[in-house]
Amino acid sequence: MCLGIPGQVVEIVDAAKKLAKVEVSGVRRQVSLACIVSDEHPIEACIGDWVLVHVGFAMSRINEEEAKKTLELLMELGEAQKELESMQSSHDINLVGNS
Amino acid sequence: MKYVDEFRDPELAKTLLAEIERLLPQIEATKHRPLQLMEFCGGHTHTIFRYGIEQLLPKTIELVHGPGCPVCVLPMGRVDDCVALAERPEVIFTTFGDAMRVPGSKKSLLQAKADGADVRMVYSPLDALDLAKKNPNREVIFFALGFETTMPSTALTVLQAAEDGVQNFSLFCNHITTVPTIKAILDSPSMQLDGFVAPGHVSMVVGEEPFHFVAARYKKPIVITGFEPLDILQSIWLLIKQIAEGRCEVENQYARVVTADGNTPGLKAIAKVFELRDYFEWRGLGSIDHSGVKMKEAYAQFDAEKKFSMPNLTIADPKSCQCGEVLKGAIKPWECKVFASACTPETPMGALMVSSEGACAAYYNFGNLPQIMALKLEQEKLESEKIS
Repeated sequence: MCLGIPGQVVEIVDAAKKLAKVEVSGVRRQVSLACIVSDEHPIEACIGDWVLVHVGFAMSRINEEEAKKTLELLMELGEAQKELESMQSSHDINLVGNS
Repeated sequence: MKYVDEFRDPELAKTLLAEIERLLPQIEATKHRPLQLMEFCGGHTHTIFRYGIEQLLPKTIELVHGPGCPVCVLPMGRVDDCVALAERPEVIFTTFGDAMRVPGSKKSLLQAKADGADVRMVYSPLDALDLAKKNPNREVIFFALGFETTMPSTALTVLQAAEDGVQNFSLFCNHITTVPTIKAILDSPSMQLDGFVAPGHVSMVVGEEPFHFVAARYKKPIVITGFEPLDILQSIWLLIKQIAEGRCEVENQYARVVTADGNTPGLKAIAKVFELRDYFEWRGLGSIDHSGVKMKEAYAQFDAEKKFSMPNLTIADPKSCQCGEVLKGAIKPWECKVFASACTPETPMGALMVSSEGACAAYYNFGNLPQIMALKLEQEKLESEKIS
């Protein structure tokens, strides 16, 4: 719950509701960008951003290298697998496959 | 036990450890007692055990594991309320997976589900809101749990529900707050802490400012810390450095994620939906002033506590379970009578054994169990000799 997981914003789903698809380790799901958009960084500018996702909300923008390192560590800890499983088991996911 | 080679940068880890060793003799207090540093967050506790950080540190540093695991500090009465809500025929009760196995006085949510209650694990509160939209004839309740890290997500979900005019969605709000809890720990006469490893993702939301009182009023150093083993080691070095140099400041080791002001949209959403409770009951720690939030009157229609009646009883923990003493740092997990015997991660009696972030589960999974059990036996032998 408190660790979060890094992912990359790949597609805007609903600009008004600030919803986007974020890809984490090959799994895509809908995530709210409400906590990271601002006048200086509107939702359209978020595509390609690496973000730290907590319970379906992007909470912080992070750099790509950092994101990859963190993901690697979470995999090692077994935390990433748990998080991905829970992302996928939730009733409404937008899964495009486990590449 | 893990070794320094497992760190991402073993050389840096060795340098940090050497620096810590070098600074310690400059600290007068270490001649009489170990320095006690508290990591507040359960995520940190998990990393500390997973990488055996305690074993790497000199004996003059003791890590005290704080109460920052929301599942672990949930009182039994609250779990009973969840079960009562879940057992209502019109209700779909949604929760994060972590809370499913926490024992209530009669059953956990997992047992309630096995008995026929409609309990569903969700990844996000937004999934619970979707479920409400798809099931207009059912009442969907989301079990809102966690510190400030998860508060923006539930606040924004309620704001979305209000905007979409959803009538059959509510929160059972059990969010807890970090700062009043740290204050209660600092005010406790039995706690003689020398510094704090502050939670990284709580700080990501609230920023640096709320921690200034720890340094200013209580004269304790505090370092906002990330979750990698090297982050924790670096923060311990920063704390030791502050103590050696006689400084008390808020330092931010996790600047790659935490900004000084925190997350503004998240804080705005929290302020809109939630307000402080006068007090909140914690497992093991008792009642702490202002340590929880409830929903503001304007959002009463989304407040499960107002919408449904529930037992709302205070239930004492089972006598043999000593989660409270462990949470307060009065005993180590293995000193609890039921540790690894009646209470294991498979059949937990206390909440600290349920969550992987709980201190007992961490000791059980990553501690040196044979050595711990030998110590435990020895202690029990001594006690029985004392009695006879």
